[in-house]
Amino acid sequence: MSRALPWIGGAALVALPFVYQQPYPLHILVIILIWSFAYTSWSVMGRFGLVSLGHGGFMGIGAYVTALAWNYGHVSPWLGIPLALVAGMALAAVVAYPCFRFRITGHYFALVTLALSGIVLQVITATRDYTGGSLGYTPERYRGGSSVWALQFSEKTTWYLIALAVWAVGLYVWYRVDRSMLRYALEAISEDEDAAAATGIHVTAEKLKITVLSAGMTALAGALYCQYQMFISPDTVSGISVSLQMVFAVVVGGIYVSLGPTVGAVITILLAEVLRISFGTRAVGWDNLVYGVLLVLFIVFLPKGIFGSLLDLRRRVGWSSS
Amino acid sequence: MNPSAVFDIYLLEAVINGVLLGGVLALLSLGLNLIFGVIDVVWICYAELIMLGMYGMYFLFTVYHAPIWVAAILCVVSVAILGVLLHVLVIAPLLGAAPINQLLATGGVLFFLQSAATVLFGIEFKNLGLRLPVLKVGGMFVSYSRLLAFAAALISMVLVYLWLTRTYTGTAIRAIAQDRQIMSLMGVDSRRIYLVTSALGGGLAGLAACLLVLQYDVHPFVGLSFGPITFLICVLGSLGNFVGGFVAAFVFAEIISVGGLYLDLEWGYVFAFAFFIVMMFVRPEGLMGRRS
Repeated sequence: MSRALPWIGGAALVALPFVYQQPYPLHILVIILIWSFAYTSWSVMGRFGLVSLGHGGFMGIGAYVTALAWNYGHVSPWLGIPLALVAGMALAAVVAYPCFRFRITGHYFALVTLALSGIVLQVITATRDYTGGSLGYTPERYRGGSSVWALQFSEKTTWYLIALAVWAVGLYVWYRVDRSMLRYALEAISEDEDAAAATGIHVTAEKLKITVLSAGMTALAGALYCQYQMFISPDTVSGISVSLQMVFAVVVGGIYVSLGPTVGAVITILLAEVLRISFGTRAVGWDNLVYGVLLVLFIVFLPKGIFGSLLDLRRRVGWSSS
Repeated sequence: MNPSAVFDIYLLEAVINGVLLGGVLALLSLGLNLIFGVIDVVWICYAELIMLGMYGMYFLFTVYHAPIWVAAILCVVSVAILGVLLHVLVIAPLLGAAPINQLLATGGVLFFLQSAATVLFGIEFKNLGLRLPVLKVGGMFVSYSRLLAFAAALISMVLVYLWLTRTYTGTAIRAIAQDRQIMSLMGVDSRRIYLVTSALGGGLAGLAACLLVLQYDVHPFVGLSFGPITFLICVLGSLGNFVGGFVAAFVFAEIISVGGLYLDLEWGYVFAFAFFIVMMFVRPEGLMGRRS
């Protein structure tokens, strides 16, 4: 039964937009799926104690490279997105290699990557003649509005299915990493780098692999966000607040379980929407206020996150489905 | 206007402004370095404490018309109290947890303080409505508020240095920074030292707030504009190393100021960030660090 559960759930998610077509809930679902994918990308490396605050930077690169390539080079996103992925991964490799080579871990790694998201934000703002600066940027609409070539669709259903597919791929990558030798190597590294190196693990190479993978996925999330929203600004796709938002959602949902980041995205986005709808403009700031308090409470009292703690509870009371 | 004729004076002005900016940055990094060196925690929300201090100054001086020095003292004291509260409520329960959890928890405090300021004070830019005159020396412009900030930063750094080296509590703080296990065996109450350090770190943030509010408008997100640079300075100067932080502050300030002269101010920041990443290749242990 538990083996069939993911397939049943997946089929239900695919069938959903054909049964239910209210635009607003579908929009929220697409947003949740895209951010779930971004959060999953962060947790792929974050779960091994590699806390990066630079993922806002990778996401910004994914979004801006795709949009700039389309507007200035008339390069289809089908080519622009791979380009953006390569750019994000290259940046990750350039920054992460010295970090890992020179054993910059923990606090230091978090602060160096924090610098990275700061750089990306400042570069986007400073090149305002091309990127629109802090006013934001819009990829040009393709003539008819919808086009596979331009990866622009006006129907929400199409976007829902695309986001769903990408999200599923993200979960699959998480699952593959979870079942790989890489996972054991990285867990050993997070416990004790010297001991791991002594057992023959190439510490720098293994950490670099997971970082580049995670950065590439995050850049894809940024590109997808850009194509769906058709508007990006430095504050919504890059910078320190986006990086912290990723960490926050993952910690709330559960960092060590595959669906944790997704649960985190559902909770945070629904919370923000509910506050926005019920309080309108008076709610400005309230969502982050609640986030901040929750983040502190979670780290102090529930470090495994909501979903992780629920799974633990289930295991403890012996209500296991296997 | 012939750029080559006035080039040198612009450069000199940028260098001088860089030195003045360096004093303020050094003050910012001093508090953070103190906290890190003693408690081994990075307050990601440090710049947000400064933001609250700036709002405190704004309300006391502009809204309640308190004399500016009374406002400054109240501001320093109340941010010091905030520092103690932060330690007691957030850091103390997490002292035994993984270091990264402490970092993330203060990240949560950052969210909280930012949005609390948004909710309470709104997102409008506010300033003291007080413009100090600009000093004109040989065609160069140097603002009094920057000079004042620089002087106050230097004096307070010297005072902190003397306090750390000449008093019993100061010595205990430095000793804890070197070895936290042994010091409790030597009869130092580390909990008390942590509280004192948090209060001092908060007080320095409050002082920085008093000086920054003279030059910049305050809004809920003002912390993001100088928070990251403060962390970079601390890392570049080796976290916890006061002298290193001091040197790194001036290096960064010169890069920002001189880089900003040729291009926009954002490019000054971009250069500073890029310099930081290059330095991580060259000297990963920081400017003043020793290779272990």
